[in-house]
Amino acid sequence: MKTNHIQTTINGDVTEFLCNADESLLDVLRDRLGMTGAKEGCGTGDCGACSVTLNGRLVCSCLVLGVETEGAEIQTIEGMANGDNLHTLQRVFLEEAALQCGICTPGILIAAKSLLEKNPNPTDTEVRYWLAGNLCRCTGYDKIIKAVQTAAAEMRGA
Amino acid sequence: MRYVKPDSFENAAQLLFDSTGITRILAGGTDVLVQMKAEMVEPDLLIDLKHLSGMREITHENGGFRIGAAVSGAELGEHAGVNALWPGVVEGMELIGSTQVQGRATMVGNLCNGSPAADSVPAMVTAGAIARIHGPDGARDIPVYEVPTGPGKTSLARGEFITSIYLPARPENASDAYLRFIPRTEMDIAVSSAAVSLELDSKGICTEAKVAIGAVAPTVRLVDDASAALIGTSLDDDAITKLVAAVEAACSPIDDKRGTIAFRTKTAGVLAKRAAKIAYARAGGTS
Ligand SMILES: Cc1cc2nc3c(=O)[nH]c(=O)nc-3n(C[C@H](O)[C@H](O)[C@H](O)COP(=O)(O)OP(=O)(O)OC[C@H]3O[C@@H](n4cnc5c(N)ncnc54)[C@H](O)[C@@H]3O)c2cc1C
Ligand code: FES
Ligand code: FES
Repeated sequence: MKTNHIQTTINGDVTEFLCNADESLLDVLRDRLGMTGAKEGCGTGDCGACSVTLNGRLVCSCLVLGVETEGAEIQTIEGMANGDNLHTLQRVFLEEAALQCGICTPGILIAAKSLLEKNPNPTDTEVRYWLAGNLCRCTGYDKIIKAVQTAAAEMRGA
Repeated sequence: MRYVKPDSFENAAQLLFDSTGITRILAGGTDVLVQMKAEMVEPDLLIDLKHLSGMREITHENGGFRIGAAVSGAELGEHAGVNALWPGVVEGMELIGSTQVQGRATMVGNLCNGSPAADSVPAMVTAGAIARIHGPDGARDIPVYEVPTGPGKTSLARGEFITSIYLPARPENASDAYLRFIPRTEMDIAVSSAAVSLELDSKGICTEAKVAIGAVAPTVRLVDDASAALIGTSLDDDAITKLVAAVEAACSPIDDKRGTIAFRTKTAGVLAKRAAKIAYARAGGTS
């Protein structure tokens, strides 16, 4: 199989990699670039653990091919904190124990961040629908929804 | 497997026409990549057309909208004009998958994947949507209703692909709606579904009606007897009873773990009734 040379921007950094045509963006991030924040829960779009944004859109990186990302802007969980300063969502998730094993957490944080950029003041129902594609097997969703709401309020300056 | 981004529709048609192995067009990939992962389909060639002219655009055209084949559900859902004119089409597309899936999935991928339960298709059919097809002999237009021919099958000929979907203009006092039944509230495949599109006169009498049902036959079905039951009425109880009977008569579903024949048939009738009432209210009718 022909190896493809791809150039993208990941978390603001121009990044080059080689990949096969059938390699997912998730595999590229994890296996080629050592960015293991995005997780593989299912590989088929059901769990959201692999969530990233692609040109500003929330997507499952398991359902994007590496070769499709030529020239694209990608944001991953690795770019969420500013140096040692956690993003408000990250800090509140820790403070409110909105995680247990943590496998779902990077995807949920990326998805929640993307929601709050679009809608800084969502209802609980809007948060639940937005996160319907992010499965969590341990924490239960109530704590996750509450943490998103606490962070949202803080980010609004309320 | 090869991944190719042709530089024109002409070259895409040529490439598709000449390819000998298994070929897929990569739109949002939410069916194709899942099928590859499951080893159900192992393409020799993936053709990506998303970068070609007009593929990602929604344009106003003769009072309707032309929607590029690579427009995602999220992009469609954010378009105020399409939401106002064809809310049923938008709600059908927006039911597909999660926020993440919406960021990638397209109506044309949903249509061409050929699932009898495809959520965006019934409302496109009741809208009288037209698919613009490009192929080795140039472009042609056909009703969306004529695209699916059976599970996983379309009427597209060798070398052909869809470049856009046209949703036509409609008069005042007209609207549409789409509903599906799933056992949960999100992330599931329709057990049955129904779309209804109506035009009313100034007194709220229905002058034009289209009813389509999904997941209850090998392809989406337009139910002419259901349209006839609604036209000339203000959706009174008698008209609704006839609508439900016509829809039930048009169902020939499969029996499986997700729904029995009786259940799929019954729910299709109920959904058609509810969708008709929503479309009627949206069109400005009061009953
Ligand atoms: C988690 C999850 C949940 C889902 N939920 C739903 C749901 O609720 N309802 C539902 O209906 N579907 C659902 N789906 C299926 C899928 O998301 C939809 O069918 C989607 O609309 C497919 O669009 P796509 O752009 O991703 O298509 P792709 O996967 O890119 O392509 C699908 C098919 O269409 C063909 N194709 C694509 N573009 C063209 C073109 N321009 N011309 C000709 N052929 C073309 C491809 O060759 C392929 O055969 C779900 C999928 C996932 C992963
Ligand atoms: S790994 Fe991508 S959605 Fe589960
Ligand atoms: S914390 Fe374990 S899956 Fe969510």
